[in-house]
Amino acid sequence: MTEPKLSLEINTDLARRILTEFLRTEIQRAGFTRAVVGVSGGLDSSVACYLAAEALGPENVLAVRMPYKTSSPESLEHAHLVVDATGVEEATIPITEMVDAHFARFPDADAVRRGNVMARARMIILYDQSAATHGLVVGTGNKTEILLGYTTLYGDAACAVNPLGDLYKTQLRQLGRALAIPEVILTKPPSAELWLGQTDEGELGFTYDEVDRLLLLLVDGRYTPGACVEAGFERKFVERVVERIRRNQFKRMLPPIAKLSNRTVGYDFLYLRDWGT
Amino acid sequence: MRDSRLMARLTLALAQIATRLGDVDANLEKHLVWIEDARAKGADLVIFPELSLTGYVLQDLTSDVARRPSPDDPAFRRLLPASRKIDVLFGFVEADPRSRFYISAAYLSQGEIVHIHRKVYLPTYGLFDEGRFFAWGDQVRAFDTRFGRVGVLICEDFWHASPPYLLWLDGAEMLLLISASPGRGLNRDDRLDSAGWVERINQAYASLFTTYVAHTNRVGFEDGLNFWGGATLYDPDGSLLAHGPYFQEALTLAEIDLAQIHRTRARLPLLRDERTSMVQRELARILGNAA
Repeated sequence: MTEPKLSLEINTDLARRILTEFLRTEIQRAGFTRAVVGVSGGLDSSVACYLAAEALGPENVLAVRMPYKTSSPESLEHAHLVVDATGVEEATIPITEMVDAHFARFPDADAVRRGNVMARARMIILYDQSAATHGLVVGTGNKTEILLGYTTLYGDAACAVNPLGDLYKTQLRQLGRALAIPEVILTKPPSAELWLGQTDEGELGFTYDEVDRLLLLLVDGRYTPGACVEAGFERKFVERVVERIRRNQFKRMLPPIAKLSNRTVGYDFLYLRDWGT
Repeated sequence: MRDSRLMARLTLALAQIATRLGDVDANLEKHLVWIEDARAKGADLVIFPELSLTGYVLQDLTSDVARRPSPDDPAFRRLLPASRKIDVLFGFVEADPRSRFYISAAYLSQGEIVHIHRKVYLPTYGLFDEGRFFAWGDQVRAFDTRFGRVGVLICEDFWHASPPYLLWLDGAEMLLLISASPGRGLNRDDRLDSAGWVERINQAYASLFTTYVAHTNRVGFEDGLNFWGGATLYDPDGSLLAHGPYFQEALTLAEIDLAQIHRTRARLPLLRDERTSMVQRELARILGNAA
């Protein structure tokens, strides 16, 4: 394969500096001093928790563990490792009763429905803790999953600010290493754990290493799909990824508002969120 | 030789500040505090970033924050007296009498408006959308100050080679460049792509045009955009004289010895040898053919 000059390698000191400043500045401008992070024991939420603790001080960060009855005890343990290492506050709020009460009505629901409800149950808990503790929900979605649409809309994708959304999964691993996140979290296979034995790479059908190198060309390098094939990627793989990106655009936007008036939110009513701050 | 009435040395203060988006009053107060601080530290000229009075991603706030550069305007009424003991360059949204809005920079000295530059290149690509909200300036002019002749450019203006080139030919001995440059391009280097690019071209301008090149860029965030700061001053040999920190507010002071221009140009007479008539002739040919 011709190695393009684009590289996934990042300066982790610089990323850490920008992202902690981002969290501190944007949370304070919204009128808050605290943050709430859902911690799963996986890499992304661990990095988010470390950054939030560094940005705001550990006493201002609440890490919430939200196991379902089938969640692995190791994951819960890994989340606790993060809490211990960062010194943030911890709460454990299981979602089993919420989710099971709902599916008592729909016993035949498939794994995808159940997984989505779990992700949304966690969102409800995080936003309730946000109100209870006056802290903003810090997002944990990375660039790879945002582009592939590998998230639950209004579930794990819901947040007030997202420090990780412009870092590919493999870049997050570099940042996690620089933050000295426990090795066991850095090296285990990524999983949403929405059902037993689920792994991201198993479900997606390719590895993060492969897809991140492709996304880097497609998105950052503005390579055409054809140029990606010329650069050595399998045509079928390129086509699958390109189609996935296109099909999931809806998850990356607010729902369209049907325009009727001369000035419509989303089209020609244009202000940043930091308006006036 | 330089006009003997002009100062031979001056101290620049590069004021890389964070701004409040659309809050002119708050930003004005910050300007007054920083101007006084720069003056107290012995600076002769303080340089604020692009749109320092308003913030950068203004979108539909543009018309609300626009000002007429005159002593009647409430912001200019306070900034003009502040310029009696120290010259001030700052950025604002200018409304002209026909309600066109420009990204402008005002150079104030001894209580007067000496020069207004309207940004001539409005980036409207990638993350930028300036052309949607602002009118294009159409002049690049050097102007005289109590330190000699200078030129002011705003951000994208100096991503193009022609405005600095014109200022050079128009006699500028100092290029005062101001930016609100969103940081982008994280790779393995210890600075962002955008910072590296700006620093390289500013050093190149100083070297090619044998002038001082000062640059002030803002810091802080607007939503997810970071602004990287990193003010710089290059001398006519292209050497770095001062470098402000990245990502934090700072007042970076640097002394300029204007006689260095004389010495450098004695060694390296690039300006003397510039074939301006040929440039004019060839430009006319190129543009004539294009038409």
